[in-house]
Amino acid sequence: MQASIPSIVGQMIVFAIFVWFTMKFVWPPITKALDERRARIVDGLAAAEKGQKALIEASSRGDETLRAARTQAQEIVAAANKQATQMVEQARADAESEKARIVAAGHSEVVREVTQAKDALRKQVGELAVAGASKILKREINAGAHAELIAELAAKV
Amino acid sequence: MSAESGAAKTPAEYVSHHLMHLTSNHDAGFVSMTNWHIDTLVFSTVLGLIFLTLFRIAAVRVTSGVPGKLQNFVEVIIEFVDNSVKDSFKGDRSFVAPFALTIFCWVFLWNCMDLVPVDLLPLFSEHVLGLEHLRVVPSADMSATFALSLSVFFFIFWYSFKSKGVVGFAKEFLTHPFGAKLLPFNIILNTVEYLAKPLSLALRLFGNLYAGELIFILIALLPWWAQVIPGMGWMIFHILVVTLQAFIFMTLTIVYLSMANENHDAEHH
Repeated sequence: MQASIPSIVGQMIVFAIFVWFTMKFVWPPITKALDERRARIVDGLAAAEKGQKALIEASSRGDETLRAARTQAQEIVAAANKQATQMVEQARADAESEKARIVAAGHSEVVREVTQAKDALRKQVGELAVAGASKILKREINAGAHAELIAELAAKV
Repeated sequence: MSAESGAAKTPAEYVSHHLMHLTSNHDAGFVSMTNWHIDTLVFSTVLGLIFLTLFRIAAVRVTSGVPGKLQNFVEVIIEFVDNSVKDSFKGDRSFVAPFALTIFCWVFLWNCMDLVPVDLLPLFSEHVLGLEHLRVVPSADMSATFALSLSVFFFIFWYSFKSKGVVGFAKEFLTHPFGAKLLPFNIILNTVEYLAKPLSLALRLFGNLYAGELIFILIALLPWWAQVIPGMGWMIFHILVVTLQAFIFMTLTIVYLSMANENHDAEHH
C-alpha cells in the first residue's frame, strides 16, 4: 500500500486528456443525435395526430358523400320506376285504344259488308221478283218504267 | 485463483507479494516521491482507452434514426449520466456531464479488474514477461483514486470561483456558517469540510476495492475445493460493489460540483 505522487500527477494528466476527449469527441455527437431523435419523435407524433385527424375528417366526408350518392341513387331509381310505370300505363292505354279502334273498324266493316250484302241481295231479290213477275205476266214490262217500283220492293225485302 | 504460487511461499508472503506494485523504483515509503506505479498507470490508461474507443466508435457511427446495439448501449449510459447531472447541476452541463461520464466509465472499468482472477495476470507477467510484481486493479491503488478526487477538488474551486468570484468565495470561506465574529472557527470548519471531500471520495473507492481484492487473495489461499463457494459468493457481491462504487463516485462528484456552482449570495437576496 503506497501513494505515489508521480503516479497521481501522471494519472491526473491522463484523466484530463480523457475528459477533454470525451467532452470534444464523444459527448456532443451522441447528445446531438439524441436531441435530433427526440425532435423527430415529437414531429412524428404531431404528424401522426394530424394524419389521424385528417383521416377522421376524410372518412366522415366520404360517409357523407356516400350517403348523398345513395339518396340520389334512390331518387333516380324511384324516378325511373315511376317513369317505367307511366310508360307501361301509357302503352297499355295506347294498346287499349288501338284495340278499341281496330275492333270498331272491324265492326263497322262487318256492318258495312252486311249492309252491302243485304243491298245486293235485295237488288237481286227485286230483280228476281221482277223477272218472276215478268215471266208470270208473260209480257214485256218496261224495266225503265218500273225501276222505281222495283227499288221500293227491294227496300222492303 | 490458484494457490499454486503460494505453495512455495508462506501465506503472509503470498499476500504481501500480491499487494506490491510494479514500480519504477524500490521506495517502500507510504508516500513515495519517486516511485511510478507502472501497473496502475498502464492498466488504467488501457482501460480508459477501451472506454474512449468504444464510445468514439459509437459517436462516429451515431444516427438519429434507429440505433444499433452499440449505440443503444452507449446512449443508455449517456442518458443515465446526463439525467443524474441534470437533476442536481443547474447551469451549463457541457463540461460537467462529460466529466461525470468519464469518471463513471473509467472507475467502473477499473473496478471490473477486480473480477479478473487474482493470480491470472500476475502469474502471466511473472512467468512470461518476467515482472516480479503486478497489481491489476487501479482503484485498489490510492494513486489512481486520489488522482481523480484531486481533479474533482480542483474543479470544486473552479466552479466556486466562477459562481461567487474569488472575493465572494473568500468571504464565504471566512464568515460562513458562524458569522464574521467567529472567524477562526469558520476557517477550521470550512477547511475540514473542503478537505473531507477529496479524501472521502478517494478513500471510499480505494477502501472498497482494496478490501475486495484482499478478500479475493485470502480466498485464493484456501485449498482449491474450498474456494468455489466463497469465491463465487464474493464475486457476485462484488459485481454490485463494482457498479455501486463507480456510481457513488460519479454522483458525489456531481453533487460537489453543483454545490460549488450554486451562488448562495444570489439565492439569499
